[in-house]
Amino acid sequence: MSDIPVHDPDPHPALRGGDVVRRHRLSTRLWHWTNAVTLLVMVMSGLMIFNAHPMLYWGEYGANYDRPWLKIGSARVGASEFGYVQIGTRRFDTTGTLGLWQNADGQTQRRAFPGWATIPSRYSLAAARIWHLAFAWVLAGGLALYLLWSLVNGHLRRDIHITRTEWSPRHLWQEVRDHARLRFPAGAAALRYNALQKIAYALVLFGLLPLMILTGLAMSPGTDAWFPLAGELFGGRQSARSVHFLGMAALIGFFVVHIAMVVLAGPFNEVRSMITGRYRLPKERG
Amino acid sequence: MMAERSFDRRKLIRLGAAATGAALLSGCDRLFDNPAFRGTLEEAEDLHRVTQRILGGQALAREFAEADMSPVFRANGSKSVADAIYRAHLAQGFAHWSLRVDGLVERPLDLPLVALKQMTQRRQITRHDCVEGWSAIGQWRGPRLEQVLALARPRPQARYVVLHCADLYHGKPYYESIDMIDARHPQTILAWEMNGKPLEEAHGAPLRLRVERQLGYKQAKFISRIELRASLAGLYGGKGGYWEDNGAYAWYAGI
Repeated sequence: MSDIPVHDPDPHPALRGGDVVRRHRLSTRLWHWTNAVTLLVMVMSGLMIFNAHPMLYWGEYGANYDRPWLKIGSARVGASEFGYVQIGTRRFDTTGTLGLWQNADGQTQRRAFPGWATIPSRYSLAAARIWHLAFAWVLAGGLALYLLWSLVNGHLRRDIHITRTEWSPRHLWQEVRDHARLRFPAGAAALRYNALQKIAYALVLFGLLPLMILTGLAMSPGTDAWFPLAGELFGGRQSARSVHFLGMAALIGFFVVHIAMVVLAGPFNEVRSMITGRYRLPKERG
Repeated sequence: MMAERSFDRRKLIRLGAAATGAALLSGCDRLFDNPAFRGTLEEAEDLHRVTQRILGGQALAREFAEADMSPVFRANGSKSVADAIYRAHLAQGFAHWSLRVDGLVERPLDLPLVALKQMTQRRQITRHDCVEGWSAIGQWRGPRLEQVLALARPRPQARYVVLHCADLYHGKPYYESIDMIDARHPQTILAWEMNGKPLEEAHGAPLRLRVERQLGYKQAKFISRIELRASLAGLYGGKGGYWEDNGAYAWYAGI
């Protein structure tokens, strides 16, 4: 068993499809799984916090007498009751999933997000806040350490940095076409992140995650006193809360695409490479 | 090269998904029931308080213009008080009502409302942030808590200011507490006026606390007595407030 250390993602002429190489560094793997758990806890406890006041507003203030741009609730029309998501003035029936759903014991619940999507599964704003605000430190600390370490060991420069050729519309269009036809690189070329992948990772690392931390801080009345810029950047506390929610939705979007790509690219090999670091290069098509 | 092991991948994935799902649904709840795990998560409250104090110091909460105020300020928690003595005071416009200040002080006091109104007043338009997520902006006026405490002369052992309230919430007395740092903050006032009018009952007449860098549940309403204490142990549930005792909410509510 001879694993070939590959920390330089430039195409390696000696490598061919089927070879097993060392791919992900320990720092990347540790952060990946810490983050996987942390994001799951943050999203699920966050949805429970949302349940306490399932309305979103723009601006500095916003409460029951003000007009929300998004609301999840339930209403009764005649004998039937339904759950809904309201965006602006439009209502969408979401009975069974959002606003009105049944818990594991078959009891009807009138909360925004269902028990299977929240931490804890039964309504508790206090418990959700304990989870959310403790794991916020893991998220922010982990991101800071990872970015710092990736800067030092060259991971950002070598693997995430998007080159000028990769930015060219022709190149990006070619990658979009390859993705759409599910044509993935084989052999040593599979070691490099493609441009779309780099853009997605960079958006999460430098865009979405810092945005979540900033909007999270903006909602704290204590932080607002010494760092009012956080809230003002977004146009107020309620706007920051809305952006926090939309950022969460974008992270779920990333997660869904991420999982889909892992499944399409070979889940066993991909997951193994993120656990042990060992990655089998995809075979060239015959 | 590594030997390819024969795995029933589908079975593995299915097993993994089922295990993950089950672990998520009940695992987090069960994990939270473990006192050691929960205690570790709750330790973060100290981290929040210390970090906010280091970075924030005596920073003032943002104050707003009249144009920024909420058209309607939502009242929350108890909106009326059943207590007979309170209702008699309310009927008399609190003309014979007084605030008791006692505990670890050199000079226990009974301060009539008119005396509180004659002290130097602070007026501030601030944002009220509820733990649930909503916010409302309103204007408050009243003497600084520090001034009131100075009249009573706190003893050196006094570490907490407890606000005893006239209302029962779900059958239990509402109360709250803050430490001396927040008690002495310039924006911490005993408000008797809101949006230019004497406090309405729903908003905590005759007197409510404004401790602007913390969440709504710390802004105790219907204050009847202020008690200075060395410790919060032995008072009701011992955690320093109604929601801290009855809902596991953090005592430090700056985030």
